[in-house]
Amino acid sequence: MSTDLGTGRDLRTDDEPEAPTGKAVARIPWRHRLSRWDVRLSPYLYVSPFFVIFGIVGLFPLLYTFYVSFFDWELIDDNPTFIGLENYAILLADAQFWKTLVNTVSIFVLSSGPQIMMAVLLAALLNTRLRGPTGWRVGVLMPYVASLVAIGIIFANLFGPNYGLVNGILETIGLDRIDWQADRFSSHVAIAIMVNWRWTGYNALIVLAAMQAIPREILEAAVVDGAGAVRRFFSVTLPLLRPTLIFVVVTSTIGGLQIFTEPKLFDAMPGSNNGGSTNQFQTITLYMYQTAFEREDLGYASAVAWVLFVIIILVALVNFLLTRRIATTGEGKR
Amino acid sequence: MRHQRRHVFGITSVVASAALLLAACGGDGGSGGAGADGKIELTIGTFGEFGYDELYAEYERLNPDIKIVPHTTGQGGPYHQALFTKLGAGSGLDDVMAVEEGHMSDVLAKSSRFNDLSEIGPADVSGDRWLDWKFEGGKDKEGKLIGYGTDIGPLAMCYRKDLFEAAGLPSDPEQVKPLFETWDAYFEAGDRFVRNSDGAAWFDSASQIFNAMQNQLEVGYFDRDDTLVVESNPEIKQNWDQVTAAVKRGQSAGLVAFSNEWNSGFKNSAFATKTCPGWMLGVIEEQAGPEHAGKWAVTDAFPGGGGNWGGSYLTVPTQSDHPEEAAALAAWLTAPEQQIKAFKAKGVFPSTVEALDSPELLAATSDYFGGAKTGELFAAQARKVEHAQYKGPGDGKIQENASSPALQAVEQGKTPEAGWQQFVDAAKQIAR
Repeated sequence: MSTDLGTGRDLRTDDEPEAPTGKAVARIPWRHRLSRWDVRLSPYLYVSPFFVIFGIVGLFPLLYTFYVSFFDWELIDDNPTFIGLENYAILLADAQFWKTLVNTVSIFVLSSGPQIMMAVLLAALLNTRLRGPTGWRVGVLMPYVASLVAIGIIFANLFGPNYGLVNGILETIGLDRIDWQADRFSSHVAIAIMVNWRWTGYNALIVLAAMQAIPREILEAAVVDGAGAVRRFFSVTLPLLRPTLIFVVVTSTIGGLQIFTEPKLFDAMPGSNNGGSTNQFQTITLYMYQTAFEREDLGYASAVAWVLFVIIILVALVNFLLTRRIATTGEGKR
Repeated sequence: MRHQRRHVFGITSVVASAALLLAACGGDGGSGGAGADGKIELTIGTFGEFGYDELYAEYERLNPDIKIVPHTTGQGGPYHQALFTKLGAGSGLDDVMAVEEGHMSDVLAKSSRFNDLSEIGPADVSGDRWLDWKFEGGKDKEGKLIGYGTDIGPLAMCYRKDLFEAAGLPSDPEQVKPLFETWDAYFEAGDRFVRNSDGAAWFDSASQIFNAMQNQLEVGYFDRDDTLVVESNPEIKQNWDQVTAAVKRGQSAGLVAFSNEWNSGFKNSAFATKTCPGWMLGVIEEQAGPEHAGKWAVTDAFPGGGGNWGGSYLTVPTQSDHPEEAAALAAWLTAPEQQIKAFKAKGVFPSTVEALDSPELLAATSDYFGGAKTGELFAAQARKVEHAQYKGPGDGKIQENASSPALQAVEQGKTPEAGWQQFVDAAKQIAR
């Protein structure tokens, strides 16, 4: 490889003066031309494994799903019928689809919002002088390590309408019991708490890393200027965390719009994909799964998948634009 | 039913291509090929507990040229999902495949992928070996025999003696029978119970009651032309009205069957009666725990006659390389003598006429249920089942994803009428 690069470099220096005359270029020996291609193409070759694998396991299924979405295609089906945009037309008029979309957004907002606020606060606490900092940091990450299925089963128990611990506590302190399964908003809150339990510590550690990268001098300068702890946090720490917060927001958006396991395990009916008796907490991915593997309507499920894909792209685009704006305004201030 | 016709088309081509593939392979090994020692290897797929472990060894002793390779899956759900996937893929199934009653409608809808046991099975196996309804349940619409019956789950009524006494109802297994004679009597007794009880409900879950009533109907969710009759069969609506009215009168504990809360409900004495197939006794004993020993009782009465919940069939898919040997094994495993052995080993309740009369079965009792003669009791209940209801494709899905959630919604506060609309809409979408 090193020799290749060497000849490549030689070639360029040799080439440059000759370049203006077309004749000279044509006379470049075969060996040299090979080397030049090597320089130009090799980098692409080196990165190609990723794209080849992505093409096979990422792009192909994506495009094939798009293709399938134009058919009336059952799970076990050798003769699917082409129906054009009919799946999409049905989808736009499908009340259950819109319901699951609202559920997804609702659970997403209920989880991501509080989650990021708690993560920042946790990180701020972890960033103070603590005895045994590693122990605390690992402790915060524990829920993330625990099996998602175990968490799901435990939380479904805690939020049991009749014999759950949460309702027991509510009753002891004199509040009304809540039917966490039946009530739409309550079920979203319960699922969001499940999501937050798992992800807050993880995000806190990312934010903590960013916090520790903030130069001490800036904070010390703020102290000299007479800023208190709260002022320092809001005027110095938070603004400098922006890029990290954007990253956390983007990743939790992508995860949040695809919530599946939590609502599936939350359902009282074992193994059910209904997301509650009236789909009150069925998310889009759960609906997609149910359509594909329970109703065995692969074409329609593909249409759902693509609409979800477009929604995620749109949300990601909004996030991207936001990031750019915040980044530039940040620079402007500086 | 546009889907249906296309489906059949698809099946034939898959079967055809599977046949081609098999021909191409020329029987070199694979599952179910002849082993190195010249023995025929038969694979058998079951789930949960069939009580067959010792029977396999016995069959191998009786048939020295056969080697049995059992594949056991713990849970029925993933087992049947894999079954349908492999059925579609055209390969990977065992020579003998067990199918649970609840999934039988979907298997019968794809009956072209299974061997007709009346053709390839041993000649001495005839329909009168089994209870009539069990035998009929193994046939498809055209009368092709897809499965030999294994076990059954005849329905009786389990109830809490102590709660009955406290509410002023009779509690002796003989004296409670009038309460469980008809559904009207059952719901009437429920009203009396709820009025006098200390917070306990009459039954665990509305869908448990509704499903039992539904299964007693002449015509199920589909008629024999596979047309959805949820709206056109007035009996379904009558059952719906009766059950939901009872829910609104406080008879349901609103606990989804097999959920964590339902399990806790047994410990917390949340309900006084339970629709009880034979295998439910074990579930109750486990969930209610030793502190409720002797408080539960079972009686050989069931509202509206009898019923069945659970039980399986043994099938031989066309994928099998040794269909005749596989059918012979399935026939032997489902014979009365073997059913009794499985019953003695694991309490799997037999479905053959002869086994139901055997002294071993009739002698069985349950200490937890106050020494009730459970063998005799469930044998009697099994004979009360009148007919095998025809179940169209999607029948199980309607129960799981249409009627049960809608009934749960009513338990959670929806009006019976709105719940009915939800049920009908969901059923139509599944049948689409």
